[in-house]
Order: sequence, then structure tokens, then C-alpha cells
Amino acid sequence: MSTQLLLIQSLNGLQFGVLLFLVAAGLTLVFGVMDFINLAHGVQYMLGAYLGASLAAATGSFWLALVLALPATLLAGLALEWLVFRHLYGRDHLAQVLATFGVILSLNQLVRMVWGSAPLQMPTPALLEGSIPLMPGLNYPLYRAAILVAGLATAGLLWLVVERTRLGALVRAGATNAPMVAALGVDIHRLFMLVFGCGAMLAGFAGVMAAPILSVDPGMGDTVLILAFVVIVIGGIGSVRGAFIAALLVGLIETLGRSLMPDVMRLVLAPSPARQTGAALASMLVYVAMAGILAWRPRGLFPVRAG
Amino acid sequence: MAIFAALALAPLVGFGAGHSLSLLARAMILGLGALGLNLLVGGAGLISLGHAASFGIGAYALVMLDAAGQTDAGVVFPVAVLAAALFALLTGAVAIRTAGVNFIMITLAFGQMAFFTAASLSAYGGDDGYTLYGRTRLFGTRLLENRWFFHYLLLALLVLAWVVGRRLLASRFGRVLRAARENPLRVQAIGFSPTPYRLLAYTLAGALGGLAGALLANATEFVAPSFIAWQRSGDLLFMVILGGLGELHGAILGALAFVLLEEYLAELTPHWRLIFGPLLVLVALYLKGGLLGLVQRRG
Repeated sequence: MSTQLLLIQSLNGLQFGVLLFLVAAGLTLVFGVMDFINLAHGVQYMLGAYLGASLAAATGSFWLALVLALPATLLAGLALEWLVFRHLYGRDHLAQVLATFGVILSLNQLVRMVWGSAPLQMPTPALLEGSIPLMPGLNYPLYRAAILVAGLATAGLLWLVVERTRLGALVRAGATNAPMVAALGVDIHRLFMLVFGCGAMLAGFAGVMAAPILSVDPGMGDTVLILAFVVIVIGGIGSVRGAFIAALLVGLIETLGRSLMPDVMRLVLAPSPARQTGAALASMLVYVAMAGILAWRPRGLFPVRAG
Repeated sequence: MAIFAALALAPLVGFGAGHSLSLLARAMILGLGALGLNLLVGGAGLISLGHAASFGIGAYALVMLDAAGQTDAGVVFPVAVLAAALFALLTGAVAIRTAGVNFIMITLAFGQMAFFTAASLSAYGGDDGYTLYGRTRLFGTRLLENRWFFHYLLLALLVLAWVVGRRLLASRFGRVLRAARENPLRVQAIGFSPTPYRLLAYTLAGALGGLAGALLANATEFVAPSFIAWQRSGDLLFMVILGGLGELHGAILGALAFVLLEEYLAELTPHWRLIFGPLLVLVALYLKGGLLGLVQRRG
């Protein structure tokens, strides 16, 4: 493993982490404010990718597809909220898990019906094709770099809104003690719809951006969802800052683990079993890290809610 | 119990054909696993979204023994059960420390961990799964391949698990569990620590799942990582709720209803999940107390 490859893989890890953050941000805020566990959040990511891919194919423009897919995922999120989720707020987590699981089953199947089971391809926009030289003899794909930048910019914007505006103060207050905020005269349901819609759109945004580099298939939302759960558990539920740090951490562990573990194992094992155990260990690494962090801090790195 | 009687009579009154028997076998095996989960969800109030992992551990223990040439029931089943119990004990020791949503998510994460591990075991088929050339031997015989014997064996195991589970819930152990579900602080105040009780419940549920997994591998004669997919955990949770949380046999009823419904809808349309999903939402929203609650309200 050369330093150059390590650098590339670290960048890939950060880029994946940024995508994870976009999905996890909505999830952690929705849970923080409404005590609502939404398994169907990954569906938004999947919808974003599918809408992006088919709109790009229809319009011939990545940018138009991006601009159209964002409000579409926002609407889809609000429609789901209105149809199903708002009936679940007062209910226990068991009912929430079950109902949102049902939503996943339905929407995954719907996507299969509309777009088929075969993965879709989405071309990278012409403007972002090619690669940028990082150092002599080492290039990095421009599109991946653009995801990293766009993700960091979105994270920065989100941080500004949450930490520096009145709206953000309400959201943070809601995550800390929702009944108190409601008692102070804030329409918590409207606040929640806003948070929910934004969260859905952020996940959709991540989906559109991921579409050109990952395969767009019906199960893609589930994979991301589970990693996003790991992220918000590590970060501390309700904390955007925690989600950001945890997302980068998970992205790095996941990506570096996959490329490094087989090599590490080769130090002690023969090449073929080394590749196997390396791959097995790499896929466990994130969960082991999570277990370790939770054993040390059961409420995550940046717990929000008091008591 | 009416369910057990129906299951005992089913093969005699026209459901003895191969297909319906394997359907019933599937329902009873899933029922066994769901029973363990019900012990956890209904008894201890711990919502696990990684219960399929114990199925997988049990099934893969059987696969590994099969690959090593060991197919004797006296070895296979105890190893499968112990392996799943050990996995539950280890992961439970971490998971029990958390509560509420963190518990749901951490069990989900451990389930995924098991899933990806199974998928990367290329010696045992990896993603493609592993085909068993014959069922586990019972005292050197191929008795498990007899459908009728298998049916009644499953029924016997199910009844046994139900009886033991009921006694457990009625014992001091069960009372502490239920008390800790309602109010952990008070339980601590009167001198019980809920943690060992919960861990034991988690381990027991895992052991039952391991048994069910090894049985399922026998029923299908095929094992794949999809045994452990998190959707399976969701399905199991759905069975428990569908049947009714309050009573242990609710899980069995739920599993039966689930398997029959799945079969019926899948025959109706290839897009059966499109009907199944909304149905699940409706059950979660409106069917409090599950099917058992429905029956009891009528009666």
C-alpha cells in the first residue's frame, strides 16, 4: 500500500462520509425533534438517485435533473409524512419501526415496478469529467472532489442555519426538550414538517450526487440507511455536529478498512485466506467501532438530550 | 391450544401434500424464532431489529459442520444453539447497555455485521449460499427427511418452547423482566439490577433463534446470507406484532398468518410487496393487540 493510494482512499472515505452525513443529518434531527424513528429515510436517498438518473436521461442534463429532483424528493417526503408518519408521532417506537418498515417494502417494490430490478447508470456531468492533479503523478476524479466540496458546503450551510439562526435555535431547543418548546408557543408540528422536508431533501440530494458513482438499484437505500443509523448512534442522537464527525469517521473506516484490511491480514496469513478474512473483518469494522464507542459512551459522542 | 391442535391435525385433514407441509414447516420454524423474539419484545420490552442474526448463526453453524462432514443431530443442533447463544451473549453485553432507540439500532447494526460476514465467507458460498446435500441425521438415520416426522418434530419443539417460555415468564425471572420494562428505576430501587435479567432474555432469544435457523436450513436444504438480511428481522418483528404482543403464542399465530399471507399474495401478483407493505403500515397503526386481541375482543 503506497502513500498515494492511501491518500486517494482517504479522500474516497471522506467523500463517502459526506454523503452519509447528508442522509444522517435529516434522520438525527427528525429523531431529535419528534422522537420519531424513521426507517424509511433511506428511501428518500434511493428516490433521489432514481429521479436524478431518469430525469438526467430524459432531459439530457445533469444540472436540470439535480434542480428538478430536489423539489421532487421534498414533495415525496412531505407526502409520506402526511400519509403515514404523522399518525405515528405519539406512538411507541415499535409501531414506528414496523410502519416505516412497511413503507420501505412498498416503495422498494414500487421502484422495482417502475424502473425494473436492473441497476441504472447515470453519466457524470461533462463539466465535472476528468480529474484534478493532487501532486505529480497522482490524479483524483473531479466529480468525486466536487461531491466532497458540495457536501462540505451543505454541511457548513446546515451548521450556520442550526447554530446561528432563530429557526436553528428552535430546532435545537426542540431536540433538547420538545414539550417545553411547544409550551412556549411554537407550532412544533410545523417546525417538524420543515425539518422533515429538509431532511428528505438532503437525503435526496445525496442520492442524486451518488448516482453517477454508485449503482442505482432498489436496495441502495437500505445499505445507506443502516450506515446512517450507525452514524447517528455514534454521534449522539439529535446532534448535527456529532452526525458530521461520526459520518466522516464511518466513511473513513468503511473505505480504508476495505482497501487496507486484506493487506494487513497478509502480514500474518497466506494471500488467499488473507483476502477472505480481510474482507470479512473490513465489513465488521464499522460495527465493531460502534460497539466500542457505545461501550465507552452509551449515549454517543455528543449526547444532546438531557436526562 | 387451538393453534397447536390445528397444526397437529393439519396433515391429517388434507394438508398432507408436500407443498402445504413445507409451508407449515416454514411457519412453525419462523414461529419458533418469533417466540424467542416475543420473549424479548413482549416480556422485556426490548425491541431487537437483529433477531435474524441468530437464525443465520444457527444455519451457518450447520453449514460449517456439514462442510466438515459432521451431520449428526446430536452435534449439529447443540452447536448451532450454543453458537447463536454465544453471539447473543457477546453482542447483548454491549447492546443492553443502551436503551430505547439506540438498542433498536445497535441490534440492527449487529445483524448487518453478521450478514456481511456471512456474505464474505466464500468457502461457504458467499453471496450465492450453500446447498446441503441431505438433512441432518438423527442417530444415524435419515428420519428428518420424512416430511411427517419433521412436521411433528417441529410441532413438538414449538410446544416445548411455548411451555418453557410461559413458565419462564411466570417465574421470578419473568416478573423482574416485566417490572424492568415498566419501570427500571423502581426495579433498581428494590434491589434488582435489570441488566443480567435482560442479558439472559437476550441470550435465550438468541438460542431459540439458533435452533430455528438450524431447522430452517434443514427445511430448505439451502443456506444463504439472505437468512440474516435485516428484512428478515423486520419480518420476525412483524410476526410478533401481528399475532399480539401480550401472549407467547401470539408469535406462533403471527408467523402462521404471515407465511400464509405471503404465499397467498405471492400467488396473486409478483408485486405482492406492494400490498404487503401498506398492510404492515395498517397493522402497525390500527391493530393494537394483534390478531389475538382481535379474537379476544370478539369472544
